[in-house]
Amino acid sequence: MAHTASNPHEVPSQKSSFHRSLGEPRTLVNTGLTVLAVALSLLAMFPLFSVLYMLLVKGAALLSPSLFSQLTPGAGMEGGGIGNAIVGTLVVVLVATALALPLGFMAAVYLAEYGGETKLATIVRFCGKVLTGLPSILAGVFAYAMVVVTTGSFSAFAGGAAMAILMVPTVMLTSESALRAVPSKMKMAAFGMGATRAQVVLRIVIPTATPGILTGVMLALARAMGETAPLLFTALFSDYWFEGKLLQPIASLSVLIYNFAGSPFEHQVALAWAASLVLVTIVLVLNIIAQVATRRPEEH
Amino acid sequence: MNTQQLTAPMTDEQERSARASATLPVGRTGMAPGVVMDCRIKTLHYGNFLAVRDTDIPIVSNEITAFIGPSGCGKSTVLRSLNRMNDFVNGFRFTGSVHYRGQDIYAPQIDPVAVRRSIGMVFQQPNPFAMSIYKNVAFGLKLNNFKGDHAERVENALRGAALWDEVKDKLNTSGLSLSGGQQQRLCIARAIAVEPELLLMDEPCSALDPIATRRVEDLMLELKEKYTIAIVTHNLQQAQRVADRTAFLFVDTTAGGRTGYLIEYRPSAELFENPREERTKAYIRGEFS
Repeated sequence: MAHTASNPHEVPSQKSSFHRSLGEPRTLVNTGLTVLAVALSLLAMFPLFSVLYMLLVKGAALLSPSLFSQLTPGAGMEGGGIGNAIVGTLVVVLVATALALPLGFMAAVYLAEYGGETKLATIVRFCGKVLTGLPSILAGVFAYAMVVVTTGSFSAFAGGAAMAILMVPTVMLTSESALRAVPSKMKMAAFGMGATRAQVVLRIVIPTATPGILTGVMLALARAMGETAPLLFTALFSDYWFEGKLLQPIASLSVLIYNFAGSPFEHQVALAWAASLVLVTIVLVLNIIAQVATRRPEEH
Repeated sequence: MNTQQLTAPMTDEQERSARASATLPVGRTGMAPGVVMDCRIKTLHYGNFLAVRDTDIPIVSNEITAFIGPSGCGKSTVLRSLNRMNDFVNGFRFTGSVHYRGQDIYAPQIDPVAVRRSIGMVFQQPNPFAMSIYKNVAFGLKLNNFKGDHAERVENALRGAALWDEVKDKLNTSGLSLSGGQQQRLCIARAIAVEPELLLMDEPCSALDPIATRRVEDLMLELKEKYTIAIVTHNLQQAQRVADRTAFLFVDTTAGGRTGYLIEYRPSAELFENPREERTKAYIRGEFS
């Protein structure tokens, strides 16, 4: 080429071309694997979106203010809503959080700041990991034996206790990693100013880790909220509004879905779909809040 | 009496008298006049590793004392032993003494927390807390239950650290939103807010650009009117520019380990222009680093 000739510094042309060739084996393998990875990723999302689609199609029809404000209807009756179940789920989850948060959080502070790699800390961490895999029905059995049998009745408190057992390990393990993620140079700065260990933990480590801890709590909450098995023989169900009595049975969305989905009455089945939509929406919102809370905009 | 000064949060008046007494000879240990901190390290171990030996550095009031030397010579280790920050390293053992205002801070009855409240520290990496600029500076005041006007102290500290004009309109934004150089000046403000008599600085400019470095150096020269400063630096020009006295430490590898020890400690002008020891000469000429 003329250009090459005019430039004496041009590197002599090489045999292999830099042009992309689709026929080359490595290009083919590369493209094939990329396509496969994308396809499988889409497939993994498919269940979530198909469930959401189904819920919207079947559950949205009943969405109305009365769905949220009315009590569950009896067998064969029309109208009514799922108000008591929504309130009930929130109450049970609140009780569960009140029980699980202090326990899981304090355990996490111990593991991250005091326990280190000691034997006790290792055992606690191991138990936490085992407990995350605990079948939820066993949490229900445990709460039944511990609370229902001793207090003599199914109750909101028993349901909360069962859920708390499911939440504690998640809260503990995620909080521990959030606490550990606080940079040690920050802790050293505080120690260097003459802070005691307790002051470093209370004033630096915990405030810095709070977004991460909240994420853990939200995720644990979201998971526990959808559980049915631990509530079946602890909280049971109730067709009435929650009256502030924690030692009485209480309604919940998950048990409502379980009861009504198998009902022979069409209206109850429709309510189960609507309740599912409401439950999934609450869980989704919690997850989104958890995601947003983790982001710390002030850092760069 | 002296123990009380280390443990109780100081009032302004106590502080003035303490500062005055530091310029007088302190009886029991026979410190020279003007010496605030008399560091006499015999051995300093991490586990079985002898990190530093035979290093005596008396630090004089209202001066800047620089520690220089090649990497691994233990200059940071020496600095961190002056406010017991080495206590956090597993296996740390110490023989010798570090006298601060006549008290050996390694004596068994000493509370290291109280020591650190009186001796400020600025680290190599800027390490502001994940809280507002104001709260960062007020942190030490809260820690010491300072009863006076926090806002005034915070402003004075930020002015002292030459940061006030840049942050006065955004005291409630996060300290982490500042640039690296500003963060380091914030850390200096945080350290001087509690008005420590002695300020330890561990390579405070190593993460900063030349302009920010110059600002911090100017700041140190201003601060020595009120405070005493000990600084570790890799930068010989920096030691020459700011330090009144310079300690040169070197690494002894003869016993198979890497043990730091003091070669020579003299006024900076003498040490840089007319070093006594061959090793100091070689280091200053840049024959090794």
